[in-house]
Amino acid sequence: MTTALAVTDARAGGMPAQRRRRFNTDRAWRWLMLGPALALLIGLTLLPLAELCVLSVSNVSWHNGRPLLRGVGLTNYAGLAHDALFLAAIRNTVIFALAAVGMEVVLGLALALALAAVRRGKDAYMTIFMLPILLPGIVIGAIWALMYNPDFGIINASLALLGIEPHDWLGTPALALGSVVAVDIWHWTPFCFLLLFAAVESLPTDVFEAARIDGASAWQRCRHVTLPLLLPAILVVLAFRAIIAFKVFDEVYLLTSGGPGTATEVISLTIYRRFFIEDNAGYGAAMSIAAFVALGTLIVLLMLLVQKRAGA
Amino acid sequence: MRRDHTGLLAHAFLMVAALCFLGPFVWIALAAFKTQIVLLTSQIWFHPILRNFYDVLFSGTSDYRHQCADSLIIAAGSTLLDLAVATLAAFSLNRMQWPRWCSILLIGWTAVFHMVPPITLAAAWYAMFRPIGLDNSYTGMILAHATINLPITLWLMLSFVAELPGEILEAARIDGAMPGQILWRIVVPLVRPGLGAAAVLAFIFSWNEFPVALTLTQRATVTVPVGVASFAQDHEIQYPQMAATALLSILPAVVLLLAARRLIVRGLTVGAIR
Repeated sequence: MTTALAVTDARAGGMPAQRRRRFNTDRAWRWLMLGPALALLIGLTLLPLAELCVLSVSNVSWHNGRPLLRGVGLTNYAGLAHDALFLAAIRNTVIFALAAVGMEVVLGLALALALAAVRRGKDAYMTIFMLPILLPGIVIGAIWALMYNPDFGIINASLALLGIEPHDWLGTPALALGSVVAVDIWHWTPFCFLLLFAAVESLPTDVFEAARIDGASAWQRCRHVTLPLLLPAILVVLAFRAIIAFKVFDEVYLLTSGGPGTATEVISLTIYRRFFIEDNAGYGAAMSIAAFVALGTLIVLLMLLVQKRAGA
Repeated sequence: MRRDHTGLLAHAFLMVAALCFLGPFVWIALAAFKTQIVLLTSQIWFHPILRNFYDVLFSGTSDYRHQCADSLIIAAGSTLLDLAVATLAAFSLNRMQWPRWCSILLIGWTAVFHMVPPITLAAAWYAMFRPIGLDNSYTGMILAHATINLPITLWLMLSFVAELPGEILEAARIDGAMPGQILWRIVVPLVRPGLGAAAVLAFIFSWNEFPVALTLTQRATVTVPVGVASFAQDHEIQYPQMAATALLSILPAVVLLLAARRLIVRGLTVGAIR
């Protein structure tokens, strides 16, 4: 990376004309090449966010596809604190993220350690475990909606074999969030597994050899050598996965649409409902900005924390 | 002897996990070959039929083929756009002497907007696209999906460009090659695996994407996930057809997984670990 295309310490002053020309063309090239990315980032992330900020302090009505804005100050933001649906969504999203991510990292770690311990069939296991990561969330929702179906679903049918009575898994308020978490665990455990497996594979082998020679059992090696070495990777995966969990939308949309009542309402769903279904763009925009700022802060904090731990 | 013991335990655990991951597919595949009545009455032995697939693909009331075409156009378009944009940007950022804070700022921003819920961006895009007629258009969807997948393709290309030996680029430069020539003649051929990984992931993620597609498409450009979602909201759900549609919709991912698993693994781990 030290070998550079541009002339490194070129301060235009004392350079011969040819080198100066080259320096200038290089500057043009680097802007030209970064241009498309900058255009996308500015035009489709920064500008829209600015637009959302404007909408969020307005009352919006649509006329022939054009938004008509009437300034209302911070009323929209003030409304958030009293919006029962929004508050339920925050509560559910936090519970959802904690429960799902905790299970996913534990199961993913177990799978990664188990796969590292076997010799044969690695490729086949890998292929199977990776499948859920690559599927459309909405299709995963559709598959599980059929499996949860109280009339003919496989889940009630299998539980009946064990003598457990059937439940309406998605239609019962007390069970719905747990049922959605179960689907998320099925969907995302493979992702945690994949990242942790890469970490396990990159561990140095000599410490294990040393521990083995010293007579440590498999369990002792895992507990006192592997896990401490893996801790930084585990923290990274936890942070990364927790952030992604806050995006959840697809499966919940298909499985329960937030119901019954507000049992499975999550933040993305509430924004969608307020902005698009109820056509309340100003209020929906305020909600989006609030979510964006809260999550953005959380992300930056987590990144700094992880970086600090990795550096230490 | 003791190691064999651990190995057996590990195999047993992995087998159970593999069954948990494959089970739903087997069951949904079986459901796709049943009639509604057979499915609702939970018959174990049944006469498999192809009717559901035929209805989904060819019946006059089904839009599935149209939705596949929409998804294909949007996924292919946004993938190509991402490859071009990300390769150019990665080369520029990594090899052309930007001050460190510039690349940190840019990459940091992609990390932040990669992690916030897409529905917030979708709301903003809707408000921005609708007045200029870009909602419900391929262009709007391609731009939106290219933006959503830009972070992961950019990180991936950055990691591949960073691995190139500097001597080759320096030699070309001394021979008088312009940066554009160096990129096209030397860098692009060398980072082909990176382009492959980025292409596969960007395509799959665009094919799978739901919240943006839901809000930016109407009849004319409905994608596969939006089509699948509409099944669940029908008043009389045709369950076997829903199963058949789900099965058909995962085919691209399954084919790409079997064909390019190593590339996908590399892509997914790089994107997350950076």
